Amino acid sequence: MITAGLVEALTGIVGARHVRTAPAERLTYARDGLPTHRRVPAVVVLPGSRDELVAVVRLLAAHDVPFVPRGAGTGLSGGALADGAAVLLVLTRLNRILSLDPANRVAVVEPGVVNVRLSAAAAPHGLYYAPDPSSQTACTIGGNVAENAGGPHCLKYGVTAQHVLALEVVLADGRIAQLGSPGGEPWGPDMVGLFVGSEGNFGIATRIAVRLLPLPRAVRTLLAAFASLRAAGEAVSAVIASGIVPAALEMMDQSCIRAVEDSVYAAGYPRDAAAVLLVELDGRSDEAVAAETATVQELLAAHGAASIRVAADQRERERLWQGRKKAFGAMGRLSSDLVVQDAVVPRSALPEVLETIGRIAAAYQLTVSNVFHAGDGNLHPNISFDARVPGLRTRVDAASTAIMEACVAAGGTITGEHGVGLDKLRYMPLIFDAESLSAMRAVRRVWDPEERVNPGKVVPVHACREWVGAAPRAAGPGSAQRTRVGAADPGAAPRASWEDVPA
Amino acid sequence: MSLLDRVRALLGDDAVEIAGGAGAVPRVAPASPDAVALLLGTAREEGWRVRLEGAGTWLPADAPADLALTTRRLDRVPAVEPQDLSATAEAGIGCDLLRQQLADHGTWLALDPPGLAGRTLGSVVATATAGPLRHGFGAVRDHILGVTFVTGDGRLVQSGGRVVKNVAGYDLTKLEAGGFGAFGVIVLVHLRLRALPRADQTFVLEGTREDLTQLAEDVAAAGLQPAALELMSPALARREGWVLAVRLAGSAALVAAEEAGLRGASGGRFTALRAEEAHGFWMRAAESFATRPITFRTGGLPDSSDELLDLLQHQVGDEWVSASPGVGAIRWAGETTVDRLRRLRRTLAGLEVPLTLERAPWSVRSAVGHFGAYREGVGPLVAGLRRTFDPGEAFVVAVEGSD
Repeated sequence: MITAGLVEALTGIVGARHVRTAPAERLTYARDGLPTHRRVPAVVVLPGSRDELVAVVRLLAAHDVPFVPRGAGTGLSGGALADGAAVLLVLTRLNRILSLDPANRVAVVEPGVVNVRLSAAAAPHGLYYAPDPSSQTACTIGGNVAENAGGPHCLKYGVTAQHVLALEVVLADGRIAQLGSPGGEPWGPDMVGLFVGSEGNFGIATRIAVRLLPLPRAVRTLLAAFASLRAAGEAVSAVIASGIVPAALEMMDQSCIRAVEDSVYAAGYPRDAAAVLLVELDGRSDEAVAAETATVQELLAAHGAASIRVAADQRERERLWQGRKKAFGAMGRLSSDLVVQDAVVPRSALPEVLETIGRIAAAYQLTVSNVFHAGDGNLHPNISFDARVPGLRTRVDAASTAIMEACVAAGGTITGEHGVGLDKLRYMPLIFDAESLSAMRAVRRVWDPEERVNPGKVVPVHACREWVGAAPRAAGPGSAQRTRVGAADPGAAPRASWEDVPA
Repeated sequence: MSLLDRVRALLGDDAVEIAGGAGAVPRVAPASPDAVALLLGTAREEGWRVRLEGAGTWLPADAPADLALTTRRLDRVPAVEPQDLSATAEAGIGCDLLRQQLADHGTWLALDPPGLAGRTLGSVVATATAGPLRHGFGAVRDHILGVTFVTGDGRLVQSGGRVVKNVAGYDLTKLEAGGFGAFGVIVLVHLRLRALPRADQTFVLEGTREDLTQLAEDVAAAGLQPAALELMSPALARREGWVLAVRLAGSAALVAAEEAGLRGASGGRFTALRAEEAHGFWMRAAESFATRPITFRTGGLPDSSDELLDLLQHQVGDEWVSASPGVGAIRWAGETTVDRLRRLRRTLAGLEVPLTLERAPWSVRSAVGHFGAYREGVGPLVAGLRRTFDPGEAFVVAVEGSD
């Protein structure tokens, strides 16, 4: 329970300026990047150092108080929200790059370092940090680790998990664990791989060692316009199957194109195109990149590209990318509220699924804009709406569910890079059976037996079976009884997904 | 009812490959993931200790157990999707057969694990034994989209999925890849593939270890991105001196450009191998690791490779060594003692470098353990995970050893 005495003790650790209790201050942290969930934390604490953070976690453990780690709050799954029973630990003050080793291409950072700042620091050495979520000018490396963040260039270079070498983490009870090794070789089981993407449920990364990559010497960016989503989707499959791995392969549909072109981020996209593909190829050699670009151009033309434009210089390339990266912001022009969805389908299913999404939008009379990582099959159908219109939220919710079900039916999954958080909890049983969800919960309880870190996220507890073998503080191997309580109790379903607190 | 009668009643006569007797352990080969779950659920109830086997070509089949569970009848490839560059394969299929089936669809699994060609996919994943291609295409885990595994008490658990990007739920796949079977028997694997490279060239250069180490650094500094950049000991490469082998794979344009870059970085000293020579070169090196009694891997920061090789040379010899200096990974094979391995592991730990025992007789595995001691705070987590996935301690796996 959060008492005045606890708040006083927190203040003693981080200073009065960095403990926020006033309602107006706490409201600042009531949402993340997804506007459809809102929870107001009981207390907000901003530790200023690793030692302060560890001391705070130990204090909260001693008082048995749940807490939620949070970076910049740019997440898109409601994952970094804390309710009135929990303390929100904001890690943005832990923002130091602790070391940068150009010879070994390794950096060690605190969790609050902003993604793009790391690349900027590495640039003088000809290096950069590859994962590049659209929010990279604001989001933190710690948040990226928690969510296993992706980004356009993860098509070629891999998501966050492929770039994290080692972690120092503080567990729920305040113990420290050193995961992995400085060179990236797992030390024992791959605990780094297990931790990355655990959405804060396993603890907080206090130090993060990441791999840096050499900046590509040659880059070509091209924009191809298509008369139909299906043709654009088929072109994506053709490029992927050709064996050429573009650095990025992004798609935007007409609704998205027009939102961008109407905004300050206008990039010169053809407004009449049903879809555009933004393709980037990079490498060490200008000749090789030029040759691969020519092959890709041929493939795009053969699959119906109405026009193909190759960026002439760095400035044009940046303009083309600005439109893509700021597309979510541009959609603010369409309506006051936006649900950013995230799902993945097999790449060959893209044409079919995009048409299905179009039909769902029409059936629910909603505006759905698609801007996504086509090369990975990672869709972002975005539903624009006005939350003040009575009944519209229910319709948006139903359409979101229909889209998720269509993606799963096509062999896909419910999130490619945004995480489950609160928003996708209800979809987890679409892709995992009770046994598998129970296994996840049991693993979580190994790291956090009382489930105090970021409670209520990722695993829908109501859908789990008992897994006594994993019970915390079991008397020891062999003593546990195997008990199954059967499938989920429908009566124990979680609350509606949106708005735990009225706006 | 005897163990064998119980197994026959559960899974049918076909599932019993070897009935045991004369000190041999009965070997059971379930024909489906559900059959594996049934067997392990029963093992939990009966308190049977179970040894896991694939094709029997990598780990010696010598761990003391009541029965051996082999995955070799789980050898189907339910799906190859060339347009999605993904495939689903059962864990008991041999890597050679899988490679052929993938190639028939124009696809490629960019893994070249040590061991014999018929080693099972499940063995490679469970031991996370990547080969030289790790330089360009990453560790084993980077090729796995998802797995289905069976816990020590017979639960069938799925993790990950079939698509190339997926953050739904905790990534239990990472625990299974390199878990040496301590957290479950892998029965099904979803794979990330690549298109078969249009061009695939291998170049070799023989010389002293010192010269070749410097050259590997020059290649890295030139920004070249080979599929493999491997420094091999003379015995392993079957040459007089050490060998630096460079493999370039990808589009014709990419390989041509990289070849030109390699010439520039090395002064044109490398020799290109013909396709069949290259195939034989890499295959022989991989197979050599299955001919020595003990294999381990270690890995530090790239600039520590030379120091680590010196250390190995002094403590356990360097006759059979293969190193990927670009990523700091080293694989060692040979004969040595438990004491030497323990001493080496302690020395490496002082340098913040792990040593993973990949392959050894049970007497060595049980003493040294695949992993040995962990870093701060990890031991209780691993113990908890083992209790989670093998509550009755059915699996006979030497995780930590007895040190």
